[in-house]
Amino acid sequence: MNESDLIDEAGSASESPLQIMADHLREIGQGIVLSSGIVHGEIELQVSAGNVAQLLLLVRDDRQAAFTQLIDLTAVDYPERKDRFDVVYQMLSMSNNMRLRIVATVSEGQTVPSVTGVFMAANWAEREVWDMFGIFFSGHPDLRRLLTDYGFEGHPLRKDFPLTGHVEVRYDDTQRRVINEPVHLVQEFRDFDFLSPWEGMHNELGGNAAKADPDKTAK
Amino acid sequence: MGVMDPSLAAPIPPGADQDAILRAVGDEITNRGFVIAKADKLFNWARSGSLWPMTFGLACCAVEMMHSAASRYDMDRYGMLFRPSPRQSDVMIVAGTLTNKMAPALRRVYDQMPEPRWVLSMGSCANGGGYYHYSYAVVRGCDRIVPVDVYVPGCPPTAEALIYGLLQLQKKIRRTATIARS
Repeated sequence: MNESDLIDEAGSASESPLQIMADHLREIGQGIVLSSGIVHGEIELQVSAGNVAQLLLLVRDDRQAAFTQLIDLTAVDYPERKDRFDVVYQMLSMSNNMRLRIVATVSEGQTVPSVTGVFMAANWAEREVWDMFGIFFSGHPDLRRLLTDYGFEGHPLRKDFPLTGHVEVRYDDTQRRVINEPVHLVQEFRDFDFLSPWEGMHNELGGNAAKADPDKTAK
Repeated sequence: MGVMDPSLAAPIPPGADQDAILRAVGDEITNRGFVIAKADKLFNWARSGSLWPMTFGLACCAVEMMHSAASRYDMDRYGMLFRPSPRQSDVMIVAGTLTNKMAPALRRVYDQMPEPRWVLSMGSCANGGGYYHYSYAVVRGCDRIVPVDVYVPGCPPTAEALIYGLLQLQKKIRRTATIARS
């Protein structure tokens, strides 16, 4: 899907529909779109967190772009960056048969305006992002936890949250109810590499035969 | 000279022995009009022969539980009839992953079951956390919440394995249940 510009007989470059749309989006999003590009066969627009709702409204209402469906709203955690979270909005334009990715970079504690007014589908998706990452959405009608347990503390999908969590659950006979206790594992989580049953085997993927060293055949 | 041989703990398969016993019982009824049996054995026969499970299908194991109640491995021929209410059931089959959020509800449903009651833990998630043992949101085994009588291993256990587990539970009931305390 990495189409480069095609030169036709007249000598002018004809662009792919993706390129045309990317140019158009850059034009209508002037001033709020920080950068745009075609990544992994889809258009990706970078925007600052405060302008997210405005950009989504723009791409939805524009007659040519017509990205009328919000497919997914999620976040990614890059703990080594200063602004650790990337809030990602995946859009679909049914009339153009095209997908769009809008990325807003936020730091911990920064609030993002909610897009529930633009897309109703964002309601629970933003609740999930709040629950799992701790990114607050301002203007959301009902921002509360969605997936985690009722008294749960912590945001599980952050990279610094341990796999097993901090508390575990047990029924206590004396208190006659289910209680939370600090987690205690009998055996810790072990990560195995099942790719090769033999140690020292050269794990090469097929198709890289040219790069393979003929001396290092599997023993 | 009672009708029931007290040394026999298990039901007798069809054959000459069974015919002899049935003939003896029939004679007793024709002659005297009543049959003598041990009360414990009678109650345990009734309890194990008519175990009504309470559906607690949480995840994928619930589908195998449905398989075991469907036509191939019919559970109804063992007298097992799925009841939606805990108040009317004898056994609770915990089928699926028990999450932290579901644990108080499970305990409440268990508490609502009248005695005598049993619990059958189905599948590796209910047995010990299973595939999600190391997760932050999963109870590592439903036996942390309710006392379990029979564990059926598998992921999911085949319908046949669940039936086997239920038959083992029946044997356990015949063996251990008494009328004094269930």
